[in-house]
Amino acid sequence: MSGGSMMRQVWRFIPSRRFGQVWLRHFMVWRKTAAASLAGSLGEPFLYLVGLGYGLGRFVGMIGDMDYLVYVASGILAANSMNTATFEAVYGGFTRMVRQNTFHAMLATPLTVADVVAGEVVWAATRSLIAGVAIFIVAMLLDAFPPQAAIMALPVVFLSGLTFGAMAMVVTAISPGYDFFLYYFTLVTTPMFLFCGVFYPVASLPSLVQFLVSSLPLTHVVALVRPAGHGRLPEEIGMNLAVIAIYAMISFVAAVALVRRRIIV
Amino acid sequence: MRSTIILASNLTKRYGARMVVDGIDFEIRQGECFGFLGPNGAGKSTTMRMITGLTPRDGGRLEILGRDVVPEDPLIAAQLGIVPQENNLDTDLGVAENLEVYCRYFGMPARARAERIEHLLEFAQLSDRRDAPVRILSGGMMRRLVIARALVAQPRMVILDEPTTGLDPQARHLIWQRLASLKERGVTLLLTTHYMEEASRLCDRLLILDQGRILDQGTPEALIAKHVEPEVLEVWTHKGCPDPNTFGPLPGRLERVGDVLYVHGVQLESLRARVRQRDGYSCLLRPANLEDVFLRLTGHDLGEGS
Repeated sequence: MSGGSMMRQVWRFIPSRRFGQVWLRHFMVWRKTAAASLAGSLGEPFLYLVGLGYGLGRFVGMIGDMDYLVYVASGILAANSMNTATFEAVYGGFTRMVRQNTFHAMLATPLTVADVVAGEVVWAATRSLIAGVAIFIVAMLLDAFPPQAAIMALPVVFLSGLTFGAMAMVVTAISPGYDFFLYYFTLVTTPMFLFCGVFYPVASLPSLVQFLVSSLPLTHVVALVRPAGHGRLPEEIGMNLAVIAIYAMISFVAAVALVRRRIIV
Repeated sequence: MRSTIILASNLTKRYGARMVVDGIDFEIRQGECFGFLGPNGAGKSTTMRMITGLTPRDGGRLEILGRDVVPEDPLIAAQLGIVPQENNLDTDLGVAENLEVYCRYFGMPARARAERIEHLLEFAQLSDRRDAPVRILSGGMMRRLVIARALVAQPRMVILDEPTTGLDPQARHLIWQRLASLKERGVTLLLTTHYMEEASRLCDRLLILDQGRILDQGTPEALIAKHVEPEVLEVWTHKGCPDPNTFGPLPGRLERVGDVLYVHGVQLESLRARVRQRDGYSCLLRPANLEDVFLRLTGHDLGEGS
């Protein structure tokens, strides 16, 4: 492959500034139903927070030097960023790509596949952030977080949304239908929800499982969000960020390639 | 000579072993309306998709405004307005919002947007529906909105895949009128259709495709003059197919489609008079049209996909 065509191949994976218009389109649509959507996305995390934080918290008491409510609130904040971005990118993304042919309509303009996918992923992360802000406020009212924890926790929620949004777009790109997403939930996101330290320390798992779990992105998102509850910085912040960045970048490139293969035939 | 907008030579596309577009050549010039005619499966839509960059070609040359066509080229996309076969309007948005997001995708500055949207709503005769959700529009309104949307960036060329399929006659006539007004303004048009009336009304030049190959191309008049006799007498009876021998030697080429007899020739008035005298026989004398050309070239058999 010549240098020129290789450069062109690389450029095909880099979104232009126009991806912001795709994001804006999703925002315009979301604004119409913002209230209902916000209520819907808050309900489940709120139940977890109250049900586990108070219910289970009564038996658990403390984990390390952290009150269980604080512990589980940071876990829920991290896990919800995964679930929100995933749902948006699989259900919303699939509907737009297959059911409504919105992607095709976008590609009839100067937008490229990389722009369209970037718009989806950044939008998915925005949804994570919006839900994250709401959960943060609830947790703050329950005294689980000090207000200044937002400075660390909310940017992490957004970055986590980018990572899980990009991963979910890979699934969307290869999915034959809506039912297919259940495999992804059962095999990927639900295990992460249960084993990546959202509800209990990863250290309590057998060492082989610990090793596996430490390679999963949610573990690192939890590690980044959790110390925020006590206003501390994560111990391995560089490594945590590197892991989620690597997941995000590999998934984004794969998602662009797979959406392209699906649409441009 | 007007400048070339699209140039294709030996253009090829195959899916697996099947040649969908099998080495076609054509040239579309500034300001003309060019039509692709062909039965389902002829390769019309695939050719359109290659032009609009949604399908990579497998061989041959394809240039738009002198630029080699590759998928996802923002410079080419900025020059083309695309009306796909299936309306892919944004059903999550309203009428004016559909135009607005498209203006944004094309990178139009905010100042220019509002005025452009007003103009296009008027063009599409949808000014009083600007806030309506897209899903409640009629088929004709949706089609007009898709056409208006293709025009947001004032493209030099508009590409329409079956612009009026499935519409009622009123809606179809309104769209023809809108397309004619674009042509008057010098916009180059490329359309596919199976409606011969649409082709003969709108198109300056036509290309007839079948099974991925070009059968012929030219102006509608030239194609009619070249392939069929100037007049057609259609003959039918109340029951069964008319017997061609009833009227003695016939002054033209004979064809039977179902229970109707077609006589293609010149000066068929005397034959018509003879048929009319027969009890139980009906007939219609008409000038030959594109449909006769189309059927002669592509055959009467039900083709693939029919």
